[in-house]
Amino acid sequence: MQLNKLFKALAIVVPMATLAACSSNQETDSGAGAGQETNQQAEQDSGVEVGAAERQQTLEEQRQEKMEALRKEHIVYFAFDKSNVQSEYAELLAAHADYLVKNPSVKVVIEGHADERGTPEYNIALGERRAQAVEDYLHNLGVQDSQTSTVSYGEEKPLVDASTESAYAKNRRAVLVY
Amino acid sequence: MRKIVFQALALLFVVMSSARAGVLEIVITEGIDTARPIAVVPFEWKGEGQPPGNLTEVIAADLRRSGRFNPIPTTAMPQRPTKDGDIDYSAWAKMGVEAVLVGSVEPYSVDRYMVKFELVDVLRGQITGGNAQMLRDGELVQSNDHVLDSRSSVIDGDQFRSYSHRISDVVYEALTGEKGAFMTKIAYVTVNHDDRYPYKLAVADYDGANEKILLRSPEPLMSPSWSPDGNKLAYVSFENKTAEIFMQDIYTTRREKLTSFPGINGNPVFSPDGSKLAMVLSKDGNPELYVFDIKTKSLQRVTRNRTIDTEPSWTPDGKSLVFTSERGGRPQLYSVELSSGQVRRLTFEGEQNLGGTVAPSGENMILVNRTRGNYHIAKQEFPRGTMQVLTKTSLDESPSIAPNGSMVIYSTTHNNKQVLALVSTDGRFKARLPASDGEVKSPSWSPFM
Repeated sequence: MQLNKLFKALAIVVPMATLAACSSNQETDSGAGAGQETNQQAEQDSGVEVGAAERQQTLEEQRQEKMEALRKEHIVYFAFDKSNVQSEYAELLAAHADYLVKNPSVKVVIEGHADERGTPEYNIALGERRAQAVEDYLHNLGVQDSQTSTVSYGEEKPLVDASTESAYAKNRRAVLVY
Repeated sequence: MRKIVFQALALLFVVMSSARAGVLEIVITEGIDTARPIAVVPFEWKGEGQPPGNLTEVIAADLRRSGRFNPIPTTAMPQRPTKDGDIDYSAWAKMGVEAVLVGSVEPYSVDRYMVKFELVDVLRGQITGGNAQMLRDGELVQSNDHVLDSRSSVIDGDQFRSYSHRISDVVYEALTGEKGAFMTKIAYVTVNHDDRYPYKLAVADYDGANEKILLRSPEPLMSPSWSPDGNKLAYVSFENKTAEIFMQDIYTTRREKLTSFPGINGNPVFSPDGSKLAMVLSKDGNPELYVFDIKTKSLQRVTRNRTIDTEPSWTPDGKSLVFTSERGGRPQLYSVELSSGQVRRLTFEGEQNLGGTVAPSGENMILVNRTRGNYHIAKQEFPRGTMQVLTKTSLDESPSIAPNGSMVIYSTTHNNKQVLALVSTDGRFKARLPASDGEVKSPSWSPFM
């Protein structure tokens, strides 16, 4: 009984904490950078330079950092006319699945895209199949159905607007959008 | 409350504004040599000052763009007659011109004008000297059988352009025996990533004039399709970050969301009687064809298999759908009879065949064929028979047939940009319609209006 309560409380608190961490993380790129600058300036004014030792990280922390780095990658690319997830994306998707399993209240939209070859309507179908392949992959790693949804944009939103093989390769993709 | 919000949103999005006139220029790339020489003589203006509009420039452009005719330049004309009696038949016949259009415009009342025109068969006129006679009620009378058509009408000052298209229809039908499609419109989607609203749904006269933007959106718009009365468009909008099918009145800005199922809501196409829409939904797992009843909102599921079924179009009798399916491995065209559910495979040539539409005559279908990796517009006898590739452009898609079956408008890639292009259904005439800016795609030719 007690345990159950604790579990429930955790179920709410943990994802909220990670969510908060996650959202502040997203804004860090510009914010933290600015902070560092002012810090350094103050130090320059007083004429000293302060050094710091690197904290030894535990294994779990290292794993977390790697997962976070992987999760920054959120695009899976596909071969021409294909919709199977290639093995090179196993680690990337495992990182996303790990995060989603640990945070069951977080939802992700998987966008499916195609290159411009073929008809727009067929490419909508192909884009959906790619998005579903990624969705199935995440479900197989324990992500709940309710956490994922898909939308196919077919050839309507190319990443690279050009008619070259390399552009096509960039455009055949599924994108995880949180 | 929800409804009010929705209407307010709709107001935000739905705008009716005219953009640059004639954004779609025409570049004819093939087919001048096979076109028949005719003359569209500038109509005489019988009023004072400048005439309020120019009919003959539009008529000549229409006839040239039909691919059937090659109107000779005005500078090459041996004379400038304004009525049949003034025509020197042999002077025109010598130039190989087979028909001459002459006419006049005169003020009728305030901002109203009387337009008279005659279409003259020069060869027949040369033979009879314009004096052919026939027997009527026991008497010999002038038959004037060299005058193929002759009409007079009163039009408003703002009707010059549309009346030009009307005259083009008369000329085209008199000379080919086939109804003209010059008073039609096209709907299309423009994409310009530099705009705040990159995606726009537009309609214009078939020649690109009078463009009106019906919808601007930050998210993709797809698959416009005309109602058979020419008043409404059904289309797909991603404005809510998911595919949804809308129907919009092109004259009133009123629009209605018809479907918003999970997954694909795609490719709506009006039935020939206008009461239903064929569409693609993937709510049951993968893309399947459905028929949606517009009045009752009920759905009839048409296909049922594990592979992709998409791109429905109605046969002219409204009894079957032609569609693209992967059930045989690669995308090929099939038909399904709605009453029995019976499916037949229609295409066997090339690696893939997609996006098929049966022509109004019911004898051919226009489709996208992929052979050796190249996508071209092709024509195949319907339901089965020989296939003829019509185009040489690259990455051709979204073919839409003119209501008289003479011409196909489609989307292609030229200089790394999506543009519209035309090809006649006999494959002889080819033209490109470059846009002044951005890309243009998903053309849909209106019914007769």
